[in-house]
Order: sequence, then C-alpha cells, then structure tokens
Amino acid sequence: MVKVKSLADLKKIKSELQSKMDLREKSENPEKMVQVKVAMATCGIASGAKQVMDFMIEELEKRGIDAIVTQTGCMGYCYAEPTIEVKVPGKDPIVFGFVTIKKADEIIEKYIKIGELVEGIIPVNYETIEK
Amino acid sequence: MKDLSLHIMDIVQNSISAKASFIEISIEESHEANTYFVRINDNGKGMSPEMAAKVTDPYVTSRTTRKVGLGLPLLKMNVERTGGSLHIVSEEGKGTLVEAKFINDNIDRLPLGDMAGTIVLLASGNPTIEFIYKHTVDGEEYIFDTLEIKEVLDDVSISDSHIFKYLKEMINENLQEIKAS
Repeated sequence: MVKVKSLADLKKIKSELQSKMDLREKSENPEKMVQVKVAMATCGIASGAKQVMDFMIEELEKRGIDAIVTQTGCMGYCYAEPTIEVKVPGKDPIVFGFVTIKKADEIIEKYIKIGELVEGIIPVNYETIEK
Repeated sequence: MKDLSLHIMDIVQNSISAKASFIEISIEESHEANTYFVRINDNGKGMSPEMAAKVTDPYVTSRTTRKVGLGLPLLKMNVERTGGSLHIVSEEGKGTLVEAKFINDNIDRLPLGDMAGTIVLLASGNPTIEFIYKHTVDGEEYIFDTLEIKEVLDDVSISDSHIFKYLKEMINENLQEIKAS
C-alpha cells in the first residue's frame, strides 16, 4: 500500500526549504512584489473565484513572477464577479471584473508582465452603498 | 454553490470577519444514520439572539458594501433540499456554531468538492488564525490541525507556496484514505 503523506514528511520538506531560504529573503518585502487580491465573498465564490485564485497561485509561481495572492472580501462589484485587484509595484491598484481563467492568463501575460492594460477594468469612481 | 467546500469557504469568511482566532470545521459522514453533518465553530465575536434568528434572511447582513447577504441563506436552501436542517447557535463574545445536517443519500446532497484546496487556502491566507479540520466517515477519522503544522514548520511560513502544495496533497491523500465524499 502506498504510504499516505504525513507530518513527518513535512519536516523534510521544511528543512529543504530552509536551506534555500536565504535566496528567497526578498519575499519578505511585499512592496516590491505583485499583489493580487481575489474577492472571495459569497458572490465571488459562487462565480468561481476559487478556481481563479488556484490558477493565480500556481501560474504566477510557474512563470517566475514574485507575487502574493491573498483573499479579500466583497468589493461591492457583485455583478462583475469574480473580481481581482492587482497591484504592480509603483502603480495604483487596478480592479478587474469577470475574471475567468482565460482572463487571468491575459492579465498575467499582458498587464503584470508588460504593463499593457486589458479589457474588464472596473473604474475607480464606482461608489458603494453606505448605510 | 457547486459543492460543500465552497459553502464552507464562504461560511468561514463570516468567522474571519467576526475576528475569530480559532475555527473548527468538522464533517461527519454516517452511512448508518444516513446523515452528513457539516459544523463550523468559531470563537469570534458572536451575534445577539435577534441577529442569530434572522441571519438566514437574505436581506440581513452585517456588511456595508451591499444590502444582501446570501452565504447562510444559500447553505440553508441546499441543506433543506436534502430534507435536512440548519442550526445556528451564537453567543455574543463567545462565538458561533453553524451546523448543517444533510440527508446523506439524497440526490441533492452536494459533493464535498476540493476540500483540501479550501482548507489550505484558508490556512495560508489567514496565518494568524488556527484551523482544525476534522473529517469522520463512519468512525474513521482524519484531523488536520494548523497548530501542529506550525510546530513542525517552525519559522517557515504556512503561506509558502511549496508548503501550500504539500499540505494540499497531504489532506487529499488522507481524505481518500478514509473515503470522504
């Protein structure tokens, strides 16, 4: 029977990682990294935000882009879910709507890599309801 | 929501908004009793009895970005579709328990979905919150505890992408082992 992965193996992975750690020290400075926030409230989750988040985490690493992907709550653009906010170092954050896997790929390739804007940007002048 | 893991991801966001530092997610499948319990228990700020009584109303929400809150109403709908029921027990200052009881063999009982991915996303996205995920299938149990993980990891972050991948595989294999569905 194949042995199931356990905490003991995690120790090995950890020490391997620690030996490589010094090279990756830079990741401690979030200001220099691309920051992606995926809106993950009911509206986002129901429209597939989790797949988009999984895709972002996996692909940004594969494509060698130093980035942090985090979750955030509803940004008030429920009609446009899944939405993500992308902050490239030195630029204002931009919110993209209707982000499918295909769109996410386009955002990485065009906006994050070469700074070219892609369709689906939600304008910043949108106001949310205050109560 | 397409599966239970998405519902759980959604309901746990409530616990996070309620400033919980400890969240326990437990799933209990029983073929004999034909029940499938999903429980989410947190030590967040809790709700008043009035609020707890009306949170499954879609037009009740504590947020200000919009006026509807569909997380619990959608879960309630999916639970009741199987003939089960949803219970919410909450006390201000102590925390909240959401218990969903599904009828297991009902055709509308949603599949579990990517539970490993959900747990790892939650744990790595909220490194200051401790999560326990307990899954029981007819007495066979698997427990994932972030305190335990963090002890092993020492100064390596639980949010590291290599750790992320490993933990996801670990949970997936253990869930397969107990035949979680």
